Amino acid sequence: MMTFTLFTIVLCMAFTSSGWAVHKVGFVAAITGPASFIGQPEREAALMVQEWINAAGGIKGVPIELIIVDTKGVEADAVLAAKKLIETDKVLLIIGASTTGESMAMIPICEKAETPMISMGAALSIVTPEDEMKRMEASEKPWLEVPKKQRYWIFKTTQNDADAIEKIYTYCQTKKMEKVAIMTVSTGFGVEGRKQLKRLAPKYGIEIVSDELYGPKDTDMTVQLTKIKASPAQAVINWTIGPSQIIVTKNWHDLGMRGKIPLIQSYGFGNKENIRLAGAAAEGVLAPLGLINYVEKANPKHPQRAVTLKFKTDYEKRYKKEVPSFAILAHDALMIAVDALKAVGPDKKKIRDYIENNIRNWPGVGGIFKMSPTDHTGVGMDAFEMIEVVRGEWELAK
Amino acid sequence: MTLSSQILQFFFTGLTVGSIYGMVGLGFGIIYNATTIINLAQGEFVMLGGLIMVFFTTVLKFPLYIGCPLTIVGVTVIGALFEFFAIHPLRNASLLTLVIITIAASILFRGIAMFIWGKDPYALPPFTLGGPIIIGGAVIMPQAFWVLGASMIIVIFMGLFFGKTIIGKAMSACSFNPMAASLMGINVRKMILLSFALSAGLGAVAGVVITPISLMEYDRGLMLAVKGFCAAVLGGLGIGYGAVVAGFLIGILESFTAGLVHSGFKDAVALVILLFILCLKPSGIFGSEEVDSIKKL
Amino acid sequence: MGKNNFRTLIIFTICLGVFPIFIQSDYFLSIMIFIGINAIAAMGLSLLMGYAGQISLGHAAFFGIGAYCSSVLTVKFGFSIFAAFICGVFLSVVMAVAIAVPTLKLKGHYLAVATLGFGEIIYIIFNELLDITGGPSGFSGIPHITFFGHAVEGGIKYFYLVWAIAILLLIFSLNVIYSRIGRALRAVHGSHVATEAMGVNVSWLKVQVFILSAVYASIGGSLYAHFVTFISPPTFSLFASILLLIMVVIGGSNIWGALLGAGILTILPQYLTAFKDFDILVYGVILMAILLFMPEGLLNGLTSLVKWLREKR
Repeated sequence: MMTFTLFTIVLCMAFTSSGWAVHKVGFVAAITGPASFIGQPEREAALMVQEWINAAGGIKGVPIELIIVDTKGVEADAVLAAKKLIETDKVLLIIGASTTGESMAMIPICEKAETPMISMGAALSIVTPEDEMKRMEASEKPWLEVPKKQRYWIFKTTQNDADAIEKIYTYCQTKKMEKVAIMTVSTGFGVEGRKQLKRLAPKYGIEIVSDELYGPKDTDMTVQLTKIKASPAQAVINWTIGPSQIIVTKNWHDLGMRGKIPLIQSYGFGNKENIRLAGAAAEGVLAPLGLINYVEKANPKHPQRAVTLKFKTDYEKRYKKEVPSFAILAHDALMIAVDALKAVGPDKKKIRDYIENNIRNWPGVGGIFKMSPTDHTGVGMDAFEMIEVVRGEWELAK
Repeated sequence: MTLSSQILQFFFTGLTVGSIYGMVGLGFGIIYNATTIINLAQGEFVMLGGLIMVFFTTVLKFPLYIGCPLTIVGVTVIGALFEFFAIHPLRNASLLTLVIITIAASILFRGIAMFIWGKDPYALPPFTLGGPIIIGGAVIMPQAFWVLGASMIIVIFMGLFFGKTIIGKAMSACSFNPMAASLMGINVRKMILLSFALSAGLGAVAGVVITPISLMEYDRGLMLAVKGFCAAVLGGLGIGYGAVVAGFLIGILESFTAGLVHSGFKDAVALVILLFILCLKPSGIFGSEEVDSIKKL
Repeated sequence: MGKNNFRTLIIFTICLGVFPIFIQSDYFLSIMIFIGINAIAAMGLSLLMGYAGQISLGHAAFFGIGAYCSSVLTVKFGFSIFAAFICGVFLSVVMAVAIAVPTLKLKGHYLAVATLGFGEIIYIIFNELLDITGGPSGFSGIPHITFFGHAVEGGIKYFYLVWAIAILLLIFSLNVIYSRIGRALRAVHGSHVATEAMGVNVSWLKVQVFILSAVYASIGGSLYAHFVTFISPPTFSLFASILLLIMVVIGGSNIWGALLGAGILTILPQYLTAFKDFDILVYGVILMAILLFMPEGLLNGLTSLVKWLREKR
């Protein structure tokens, strides 16, 4: 009996939501938990954009209301978040989730409820249906494949790993570094990156002579780098985010590989804090980074300049720290949603159609977006430039 | 780089990493010797050692030789408090409960660390400056010598403590038979407290020496605890030098697996070894079955 | 199974049965589905911990084995859902035997760490076998369950499916507890030696309970996979095993407690958003508090509290 009463009490926690005239936008992020380094900045950027819009009077006088749900990085919670936002809060669209896994879990729910979803997760498989992914992988020349079909209701603002990697490979090609070594972390990010690295190598005439792995919590990658040092590699590409970026940099430096085998990091390296933590070891490290890292040095006529400068200055003023790259994803996603709402008003299908068809040559902070029925990512290789660490600062690589 | 220098490199890396496992394993052994409890929060002492040292040196800007002993004392106190508030009240509870409470403590320490330091990794400057030392084509960092040196000193110290001093011998007596020990005038209560404090201090030393090499963050503790425990069991639970030797073995095996076989399965090495040992000879390399069966459980 | 239990069971089943009539929201039904799935795994673990007095720090691995078997075998190898499900259970049994038999002769904490090691190894396997499991990126496209052509889709149907299975397992558990096996188990708790002296093969008993608890977890895992249609290794990590453990400890190491624990721990994160980043801290504090002040778990602790208050009058 006791259990039963307790059980009932525990269950009796429901709430309702009221409705004034607002445009409700759902926001699902991993604000706490193991992925909070992704979700926190996303939340911060979203709140900032919400304030911009509402301070300017909202969308045709109607404010937007961001309903934020924290998934803690747990997929089951992402499922519940999506259901709550759609059913209880009746949002017009959902921005989220922070990671690929959680986004994948939310897809069936958004599709069934015919609610547009703009993900901040990285994988191409978020916007591309499984059968299309399989087709591309099974093709004879997989390095030439691009998706021909996308999930109807699902979009994302994250750049494709493939585009960053193509930028890296183009650089390697120009520098005549045809033999490369790759090191990837055994998380979703690293595994996907490794797939793309291997897939695209033939396109640029690149041969992968060493293929090393390591775990996200490993504290020493000297072993892997030692093998790479002994191989004919002319460059080493390290694909990871988080502290392992710094450990690899330090190990690479300690093994004296600078000048002989340049180190190229992923686009996750774009944070001054990484340079600070790695210290002198970071000198000469390369990475494909977005405009935000060198916006002050960029061409004044660059179409993304205004948007990027505004975002960067406001964020740094408000949160008193350097912009983490993940914040950009939330900014772009919400701004796209806002544009759609401005144009077509609170109608889920019309919003979806607008995003798919009208976001063309749209300058975001992460790149210039060109959404289309066969491309729900919108940003490509031109979102990146090869950047080098020179005396503790970002410089365009020569 | 020739194969022989590669192998030498793997060996150096394994040795460095292995000495950390050994130190954690030693910590497990000390508490086990006094109480037969497996303290799954052992790894958190290492984590706290590293992070508190960062606090003293980077925030309060204390020099190394002040920050170091302060950190060790600090974590030792934490270990003692842990025993006082969490272990002692449950001294008559089942083994199950005791294991769970150490898990709870590990979660709690991690939560507190996250609250104070956040999730970012923190670095410490190496104790001695200077570039890598090259031996036979392989590279070894000066800090690695500090790590190895620290573990050697600790092994010798523990050996002397448990073998030659009255307190040390008293502590071992407690785990064999606490009733007999207290009849002989040993304050079992104090011994248990001391074992936790000692173990914590040891963890702190490990944390302080390893942070300059591999940074430290709030959740490093668990993996270290698991591997340290593997070292402790492999060497013979409760046998100090056993844990250290086993730690080296595991570190080197991990390194060679990553280097010569497949880096993905590196973490599984320690675990597979653990399972094998448990099946074949649970008393470990240096342990003996008879001694184990006498110990109170 | 005892009059009290029988009565509670009937009331519980009736309430569950009418629940979807009052609460139609997909969101709340989904919460209940997750509670049910967790409860199934927790019940198995509570049989192991509460009645056999053993600890397992790797039970999420069995949950994962059930989930991955159900997913991989149906999507990649075209197994029927039921066949994949049975394979998951079978594989879990094999793994459970592989772990339990060698360690059965060891003392308590050795089994604990052996299960921890086992859990970690299985986690690494899930992560590394890229071609089969999809690795860290996870596995998607898991089909919905179909019964004779009808898809069990949507909140209400899945709710009934999960809770029907949960109730069946609950009945089974209660029967086990009140059977000879259950009495033997409780005797072991009292005294290992005495029970052996009575002719009970204690070691074999413990293995059997371990296997049973693994089967429960596997069933839960399969149900999870078909519900979320996407799985990835972090769901089956060490932390997941520890959460399962916390469910059993919080509720109290009896069957009903496991249900309560599952309920609390599934709902808590939904309402803990006020605590933001302190979730690990909160879990740690709650766990320690329960162990120190109510070591028998919330259920027994609160019942004693109520009794004590009554006696005070």
